[in-house]
Amino acid sequence: MSLSINHLLGLKGVSEKDITLILDTADNFYEVLQREIKQVPTLKGITIVNLFYENSTRTRISFELAEKRLSASPLNFSTSTSSVSKGESLRDTMRNIEAMKIDMVVVRHGAAGVPAFLTRCTNATIINAGDGLHEHPTQALLDMMTIRQKLGKLKGLKVAIIGDILHSRVARSNAWGMSAMGMKVVLCGPPTLLPQHPECLGVEVTDNMDKALDGANVIMMLRLQMERQNAGLFPSIREYRERYGLDLEKLSKLPRDIIVMHPGPINRGIELASNVADGEHSVILDQVTNGVAVRMAVLYLLGGGGDNA
Amino acid sequence: MDAPALDRALTRITHQILEKNNDLNNFGIVGMQTRGVYLAQRIAQKIGAVEHVTLLAGVLDVTLYRDDYRTAFKQPKVKVTNIPFNINGIDMVLVDDVLYTGRTVRAALDALTDFGRPKTIQCATLIDRGHREMPIVADYIGMNVTTRSNQEVALKVIEIDNEDSVWLMEREPTD
Amino acid sequence: MLEKKNGQILYPFDPAAPKRSMLIKNGRVIDPANSIDETLCVGVDQGRIAWLAKEPPPGFAAHMEIDAEGLWVTPGLMDMHVHLREPGREDKETIETGTQAACAGGFTAVACMPNTNPVLDEESKIRYVAQRAQDCSCRVFPIGSITKALAGEELSPFGEMVRAGARAVSDDGKSVRKSNIMKNALNYSKSFGIPVICHCEDNDLSHGGHMNEGAMSSLLGVWGQPSIAEEIIVSRDVLLAQYTGARIHIAHVSTAGSVRIIREAKKQGVAVTCETCPHYLALTDADLASYNTNMKMNPPLRTKKDQEALLAGLADGTIDVIASDHAPHVSEEKDVEFDAAAFGVIGLETSLPVIMTYLIEKKLLRPSQLVEKMSLLPNRILGLGGGTLSAGRFADITIIDPKARWTIDSRYFYSKGRNTPFDGLEVQGRAKYTILGGIIVYERRGTS
Repeated sequence: MSLSINHLLGLKGVSEKDITLILDTADNFYEVLQREIKQVPTLKGITIVNLFYENSTRTRISFELAEKRLSASPLNFSTSTSSVSKGESLRDTMRNIEAMKIDMVVVRHGAAGVPAFLTRCTNATIINAGDGLHEHPTQALLDMMTIRQKLGKLKGLKVAIIGDILHSRVARSNAWGMSAMGMKVVLCGPPTLLPQHPECLGVEVTDNMDKALDGANVIMMLRLQMERQNAGLFPSIREYRERYGLDLEKLSKLPRDIIVMHPGPINRGIELASNVADGEHSVILDQVTNGVAVRMAVLYLLGGGGDNA
Repeated sequence: MDAPALDRALTRITHQILEKNNDLNNFGIVGMQTRGVYLAQRIAQKIGAVEHVTLLAGVLDVTLYRDDYRTAFKQPKVKVTNIPFNINGIDMVLVDDVLYTGRTVRAALDALTDFGRPKTIQCATLIDRGHREMPIVADYIGMNVTTRSNQEVALKVIEIDNEDSVWLMEREPTD
Repeated sequence: MLEKKNGQILYPFDPAAPKRSMLIKNGRVIDPANSIDETLCVGVDQGRIAWLAKEPPPGFAAHMEIDAEGLWVTPGLMDMHVHLREPGREDKETIETGTQAACAGGFTAVACMPNTNPVLDEESKIRYVAQRAQDCSCRVFPIGSITKALAGEELSPFGEMVRAGARAVSDDGKSVRKSNIMKNALNYSKSFGIPVICHCEDNDLSHGGHMNEGAMSSLLGVWGQPSIAEEIIVSRDVLLAQYTGARIHIAHVSTAGSVRIIREAKKQGVAVTCETCPHYLALTDADLASYNTNMKMNPPLRTKKDQEALLAGLADGTIDVIASDHAPHVSEEKDVEFDAAAFGVIGLETSLPVIMTYLIEKKLLRPSQLVEKMSLLPNRILGLGGGTLSAGRFADITIIDPKARWTIDSRYFYSKGRNTPFDGLEVQGRAKYTILGGIIVYERRGTS
């Protein structure tokens, strides 16, 4: 059993079969994380570089934890501490890292297409931890794992993703991944925070939150970045919260078994009320736990193997 | 081996286990994925029928502990591991279907030490086909079979293969 | 002599060499200025066109003969939008290498943009370029900047720049942001009879965009610049031209909306001309799926609908010129992640084959229209006498082999730049001879 892909650059075009294999494997790694000794020796001796050009503590820590739990050797390369800040080109950085004989690269970068660019620079396996506005596949995978865990299935469920869709790579990866799994996805946000040409994402897009929530089994709230207000993309936090925020009142009108998700970090009181974030419908902390399991599964399935030896 | 012979072998193993392990309150039986799991279930049932106890039981998958991760072309599918009891200080029997090179049992030993420190780890296997590559010996053996390396021994169990039997197969010579 | 392994030969150009007479036999002579498109012989003498006729007149002794059977004989092609990078970025290209590239591409004349370092915003700088070009095997006509240092605030001295050889003004690379400054520039240009070449881009809308804003940019997760960023300024500049009565030329038109606006403006009698580039006619933003930085330029590749509008605009005469916007970059500025890559692609050595393959072969453009848009009209717009084979004109001639099938290979380019979107493309058609003032400066031998 193996994946038909050699790198994880995104979820667009990834088959239902591959996603299912990753999720099934992640379930097994979830069990490992429940043990007292949360470690297996599987990736011993495999070196993985965490190449993070964008600041991201939580994703990097999640990957690092996944790597350590698999007994791999992680190396952290972040912009502030490396030669990158001295103006070294991406290609040169990659070459230098590769000369130190590494096996896999987990990369996060502000420019879309960088993971694809790296596959042309090196023989190492590349895993996308977020590239520009493009994709964040492991986030979407852990989102799907969480939904499957809580609701028992994926196919036929409706997911409403609400917030700054325009700038969200999480929304994109979920739109593609969930569509592949037979789920119905609705993207919702103010018109200024929706893509101008949404048809390419292949899912329903609306600026009406009630319409998005109608019949939804899962609500995924996205973080609103304050800088967007300065850029003239929405008028005020108050209006945003009223029209697109999720609070107990809105939640109470929805079915009892609905679950609330958020990729984090949360702007409490803006897109998500505190009592919802901490409430019974919230699975936000499960998402974090599952994040490590999913990343272990991805590393396990893509690493090793005769091809890369 | 046919179904009745298989059953007799398991019965014999059961009694051998009971002979060596007196305190069934401090005893666990763990089946190795995939078919070892069903054999372990049957042994546990037989012990239960004789001694009227419900044993601590678990299943173990050693895929994550294999020694061929870097070189195997495809990654084998990871299966369920569930050992719902504390293995510290316990006498345990690992049950596998075919003992061959010994690497699977080696991996299982590694896995179990991550769960705790059992008092003893004993190994039961339905078929021992020789050709050991590790210093591993089974405590309880259903049947010894001499084989050549181009042969394969396969167990079929009613739970998933619709019959109980053991097959010795020869691989076609490839030209 | 600069010879390449693929059969290209660049001959050293010596303007002082004696001009020998030449006979170009039995080629398809395409000279739209004189409404000629037939098989004729061309006689060249003293570096000028002597005659066009079915047979050489008696007594004409040719020192050298070219058998042009099966080939097209056209007035020398002119690329009125190139970036020669000198002064300032000689690592990307020099006037020498740029004109060599032009020559290899079949061009006998180019007009170069002033966004160099320093900017060509006064007499001495224009003179520098004109002088450096003297020994080059291609005529170079400098374009001066509209504003000093391209800052968009103070007008450059158009008069002295024209005196030094500038044929137009442009702030190409950016728009003149302040409409009042642009109005002044247009008014002032009227004294010199030069066109103001407009790079139309509303920076507030385009800012941060690395490709066309559309379904494709959403798909790729790349910030896009919308087509209206171009169209808004096209609209503005056309209105300013109408108001002031000045003459403008819109550079690198890329969108359907721009074509529509210019068509309407021409109907209303505005003195506007415009150009588009081969890459907009051959490629669309869908070709960026692999994040290929050699397809990143400004304005960016647009959608299929825009491309169709450009083709229609060429066919009905709305678009007057095809120019390359040749913009060489060093590999360090292109071999990086997409967002960080510099904007611009080279084009001198690929323009002709790409137009031949994508337009002529597909019958979207007639040969006479090609000559019009790549030779006659660029000359007319810049007030030059080239672009025609009328007797007495300089013998700047391009001989084209319309049947040659070959593969574009950037390793053999004369340009220093390698940033072409067409590397590896199989094409049909190329320049076989480039003749400047009656002297062969480029020849393409071989069949591959």
